[in-house]
Amino acid sequence: MFNLRRNKAAQPAHPHEELFFRMRKIVKQYQLGEEAMTVLKDIDLDIAEGEYLSVLGPSGSGKSTLMNIIGCLDLPTSGEYILRGNVVGDLDEKELSHIRCKEVGFIFQNSQMLKKMDAMKNVELPLLYAGVRPKERQRRAEEMLVKVGLQDRLHHMPNQLSGGQQQRVAIARALVTRPSILLADEPTGALDQTTGKQIMQLFRELNEDGNTIIMITHDVNIAKNARRVVNIIDGVLTEAEGEVTFA
Amino acid sequence: MKKLLGNFYMFVESLSMAISNIMQNRMRSFLTILGIMIGVTAVIALITTISGVSSSISDSFTSMGAGSMSVSATGTELVAGLSGENMDEIAELDHVTGVTPSVSMSLKVAYGRSSETSIRGTGTNEYYFVNDPEALLNGRAITPIDIDDMARVCLVGPEVLEEFFYGIDPVGETIYLNGIAFTVIGTLSDSSDDSVASMLGGSTQILMPYTTALKMNSTTLVNSITVYLDSAESSETVSASLENYLDVLFNFEDDTYTITTMDSIADVMDSMLSMMSALLAGIASIALLVGGIGIMNMMLTSVTERTVEIGLKKAIGAEPGQIQIQFLIESFLLSMIGGVIGVILGLVVSAALCSVMDITFVISYGAIALGVGFSAAVGIIFGWSPARKASKLSPIDALRRM
Repeated sequence: MFNLRRNKAAQPAHPHEELFFRMRKIVKQYQLGEEAMTVLKDIDLDIAEGEYLSVLGPSGSGKSTLMNIIGCLDLPTSGEYILRGNVVGDLDEKELSHIRCKEVGFIFQNSQMLKKMDAMKNVELPLLYAGVRPKERQRRAEEMLVKVGLQDRLHHMPNQLSGGQQQRVAIARALVTRPSILLADEPTGALDQTTGKQIMQLFRELNEDGNTIIMITHDVNIAKNARRVVNIIDGVLTEAEGEVTFA
Repeated sequence: MKKLLGNFYMFVESLSMAISNIMQNRMRSFLTILGIMIGVTAVIALITTISGVSSSISDSFTSMGAGSMSVSATGTELVAGLSGENMDEIAELDHVTGVTPSVSMSLKVAYGRSSETSIRGTGTNEYYFVNDPEALLNGRAITPIDIDDMARVCLVGPEVLEEFFYGIDPVGETIYLNGIAFTVIGTLSDSSDDSVASMLGGSTQILMPYTTALKMNSTTLVNSITVYLDSAESSETVSASLENYLDVLFNFEDDTYTITTMDSIADVMDSMLSMMSALLAGIASIALLVGGIGIMNMMLTSVTERTVEIGLKKAIGAEPGQIQIQFLIESFLLSMIGGVIGVILGLVVSAALCSVMDITFVISYGAIALGVGFSAAVGIIFGWSPARKASKLSPIDALRRM
């Protein structure tokens, strides 16, 4: 498995080394003029390897901010966040980009493909930033595209692909670096219902293969696809009542 | 090692991304590099042409020989110039091989029914032909006897020959100079007057004994002579002894004479040319500056347009440095394309200019290096801040725009 031991997590005796995902008292504040606005309030969240989690919340609840912090795009104002032994709060811009590259696979709502590149190039891109050899890049990108069912669309440009196919390319790109977590922001938001269902099916399969998935959504029906659902309202995170089963 | 290799893949990929970006915005890219192109074209054309001009000038100075100096003596009220004896005495100075006077006048030339005004005539002595034997094309040269006699004889140059004696042998013919009858004793070759003299004034078309010329000018003294030396090295010694001689002659009064060596003329020419090239280089560098600003503008626009792309790349793991390099390569490439086209255009323009001005065209590798180097520097300097801006872009802000 892909296990990175570097930077702050490099010391073998480090207490966080074995931790997969832990958030403690995460607070995020934005300064709006004179006033400080608290978007996330003391968020505690633990995720085990192989989990499939939905973060359910209405718009303005702070779920996007939470996603940014989980995805290491943004740093919390205070609190502790550990992702596969990396203490994220201590990292600088360059180290954060390494974590994003190796530990997090992003899937966005729309426009997730780079328009000037075909499917293969899009999927290869994270590997390029990771410094992987061209041959190896191509092999792994093709493998991933086959996995998401796009074996006969390898060299199609984004405008030659449907929304669902584009989303599949984005999923392949997110998975190609074998990240610790797959982070999806409204993955079906821009898709019709049938295509959305197909994507959800794919997510389930990926989770069964052992991928850890965190899905951010405002749609209860989508959220129900996950094995575990947490609600976020006004920056406060609560575990959803009862076990959510697959629809 | 692995890191280095990764950087190399990154570089190759950035290069191909930059090329595809430039190609996708062909019109905009072309307009952007236009400034750099014009700047580099100007630099190359100016440097090449000016170096051609200066090398042809220095060539003509060497062909003329630095072994001469010209003396212009206005003299004092009592002694208003140099007499024949003075010139003989100057010719006796150490390292001096000879002296030729130069008495200029504007002549009205008439032969048969045709006449022509404003033809440049010069009075000189026999040493003119000793110094430059090739000056005489036909007939005989001026002799000391002609000078003593103030003989009304003259030699005619190629223009007069063509104007008045087309198809006729002029030797022995009589022509009228300012109404006075002269016998033509010979003809002058085209090369008798060298290119520098012809550049500084018109070439002499009528040559006569200087005594005759003085008489026609109603004076007795010569104001302008050329002193020939045995070698260029003795220039300083001779000018010192000349100064001594002339100081005594003109009673140590100020501003009575000037001695101009060919070296000093060449120096003046050189400094004029280098001043001119510095001035033009200044103008060209303004063009380059404007070109650089154009590139910066395009890159800034490009960064804004590609905010989403940058955000996405950052989200999937691009380091800030990798983003920066990608944009830097793009501006560098843009500027270099402009520079290379500019070099080619500049060479074409200067080749054309050189052929028009009849100067040998020499490719100046220094100028090419300068042009390419300049455009590379412009690309990096003016691309730096947009690339920096792109690398600093927050991925959250960028992705919010999706």
